[in-house]
Amino acid sequence: MKKLKSTLPNMVIVLTVTTMIAGFLLGYVYQSTAGAREKASNEKLTGAIRDVVPGFDNDPAADKTSLTAGGKQVTVYPAIKDGELIGCAVESSSDNGFSGKITIVAGFDRDGNILGYQVTSHAETPGLGAKMNEWFRGEGHRSVIGRNPSAKALKVSKDGGDVDGITAATISSRAFLEAVNTAAEGANEYYRQTSK
Amino acid sequence: MNFFKTIYRSAILENPTFVLLLGMCPTLGTTSSAINGMSMGLATTGVLICSNGAISAIKNLVPDKIRIPVYIVVIATFVTLLQMLMQAYAPALNESLGIFIPLIVVNCILLGRAEAFASRHNVVSSIADGIGAGLGFTVALTLLGACREFLGSGSIASLSIFPESSGALLFILAPGAFIMLGFLIAAYRYIQSRKS
Repeated sequence: MKKLKSTLPNMVIVLTVTTMIAGFLLGYVYQSTAGAREKASNEKLTGAIRDVVPGFDNDPAADKTSLTAGGKQVTVYPAIKDGELIGCAVESSSDNGFSGKITIVAGFDRDGNILGYQVTSHAETPGLGAKMNEWFRGEGHRSVIGRNPSAKALKVSKDGGDVDGITAATISSRAFLEAVNTAAEGANEYYRQTSK
Repeated sequence: MNFFKTIYRSAILENPTFVLLLGMCPTLGTTSSAINGMSMGLATTGVLICSNGAISAIKNLVPDKIRIPVYIVVIATFVTLLQMLMQAYAPALNESLGIFIPLIVVNCILLGRAEAFASRHNVVSSIADGIGAGLGFTVALTLLGACREFLGSGSIASLSIFPESSGALLFILAPGAFIMLGFLIAAYRYIQSRKS
């Protein structure tokens, strides 16, 4: 077959047809994967919640509530077992990361002690700030697990606190702890509201 | 032209990373670990095979003056399809490659192969060229990722070889990527010149 000449009608027709086919194809796949994509992002959240507050038998994502804590909007996912509130997972964030927003999910028991945490999204430097998902569950003063931020707000040792921040990534560490403190405030606020 | 000869030529003699130096942005950006490098390479290979095949199939229907916009539409369509499929069925992978998946659209390997090869050859050899260039890119990225991961965090493909604390952080960050790439290109050139 001979190559089409570059006349105006030819060009208009070819470009229109190409973009139309592309559009239909994308629309079709977008619709047919919509369910699976939503399921994947829900699963990630439920997985993170299960990881930070073990042992619930409800669907925390369905029972979520939003509230304001420390001037920020946080989302609380209550963990209920046998009809009793055993704790909650709180999704909070900090905008003071080394490169933008850090979002975490932290789990608290009824007394406000940290049960666990997951960093769900961040853009920190690989090898430095990006280590926060492992670092703060390490040994000794690195760990935030079991601490109670509502009794004493968590701070890195450089700022007079007693959490050892990530070596060479103080800004990321500060932002991470800020998000944890906000989450703790959210959890307390939630407990206050529900006990009323 | 022979199918396997085309693959060999596109993968080894015209290796996109070591010889043509195309696609440097994802090469430097995603190779902080061997697994990341390999997944990026395979994602690009998938798009490259599809786009080369499709462009070669429609090459006579596309007037010369608008060939670039048409090629870009074809490539962007395949990349977006890939991203939607990854979001649905491989969310973790999609997360770790982040922005570099949509950026495959502007990877010059794709447009380069479309313009230099697919628009002049039949569908079968264009697919062979896509496989070759893609695999060459994948192997290069995996190698670069493995070297950086080994020197930077003491592990290869997440298997720890020496403790992470004694790794050189430089190799995880961007400058280390440039340095390592330079060494690998030098080694590649040396081996090639010894052969001929």
